[in-house]
Amino acid sequence: MLRLGSDDAAAEELVQEAFVNVWRKAGQFDPSRAAASTWVFTIARNLRIDAFRKEARPELDPNDPALVPDPPPRADAVVEQKQDADRVQNAMAGLSEDQREVIRLSFFEDRTHTEIADHLGIPLGTVKSRIRLAFGRMKESLDDTQGDGET
Amino acid sequence: MNITHHPHDDLLVAYAAGDLAEAWSLLVATHAALCPSCRAEIGKAEAMGGWLIDEAVPVTVSEGALAQTLTRVAEVDREPRRETAGSSPAGSVRPVLPEPLRSYAGGDLDALSWRKLGRKVSHIPLVSGANGTTARLLRIPAGEAVPEHGHNGTELTLVLAGSFCDGSTRFARGDVETADDEVVHQPVAEPGETCICLAVTDAPLRFRGWVARLVQPFVGI
Repeated sequence: MLRLGSDDAAAEELVQEAFVNVWRKAGQFDPSRAAASTWVFTIARNLRIDAFRKEARPELDPNDPALVPDPPPRADAVVEQKQDADRVQNAMAGLSEDQREVIRLSFFEDRTHTEIADHLGIPLGTVKSRIRLAFGRMKESLDDTQGDGET
Repeated sequence: MNITHHPHDDLLVAYAAGDLAEAWSLLVATHAALCPSCRAEIGKAEAMGGWLIDEAVPVTVSEGALAQTLTRVAEVDREPRRETAGSSPAGSVRPVLPEPLRSYAGGDLDALSWRKLGRKVSHIPLVSGANGTTARLLRIPAGEAVPEHGHNGTELTLVLAGSFCDGSTRFARGDVETADDEVVHQPVAEPGETCICLAVTDAPLRFRGWVARLVQPFVGI
């Protein structure tokens, strides 16, 4: 993901940078909100955008007084959105190779949906439906972990 | 606040993946500041990136990379820790424009200088990106209509203040209207309050009226 359009030395520099950032920001990691791998992904993604993209990716400011806060957690929800790696693996294991490839091109290779369609020679609608399907599985696997955890 | 119109899943996933153009990202991030449920959706989409990392084939790095990284980490540890202070401006007035939009606009509503776009409608261009993707703030006086137009690409409109109606559908603060090349519409601001929107398009609009078409090249919409 970090070698995109760069030689080995530059990619390695970014890998080191990613590890340093993980260390630097470790205090901000909240395991009740996201899996560690998801958090590492967001750090690597932001480095990739800084390194290779001319356009910025604006983000919200969690301390902004204009931000509408999250609703208080429901009293009956025991653990909110704890991302269970096994559940995610199980849900995503059902994806076909074609479906995985589209997700990989989008998340790791910084390609827009239109670029993915051109690259694979498939219609844009097919790219979007594969992404929607994978996202649907991910959401199901995460929503299942709400409540008391085991079914 | 009760948001009923959200950006489509494709857009939230592309934002999480990090491959949206700046103008679209600005709209998604500003909507997410107003919409806790889309913030959660983006978090779930980011989990797809986490899953890929868990799945990824390890890459060998050069000898000494670990030592170099640890040296850099040690340097970080010597840096003084900065508290990330809340960026709330002085006073307790809650801004109308949330971040990241407020920074792009250069301040909250009372600090902006608008430019005429037609007789009643005003605008402030914010982003003019690659591939003709643009973001602008629009100000439509209460009860006024935006000239009727169609689209060569996609237009997304996020309401920040006031509200507008498009046909029988109502859009208020936080709502996002998605219009593609099949839609010809004429949004009308509801009476009572000036309507402020963030509009993002990836192609020029097609105005139906000849006056609007005539001025279009000069205002760049």
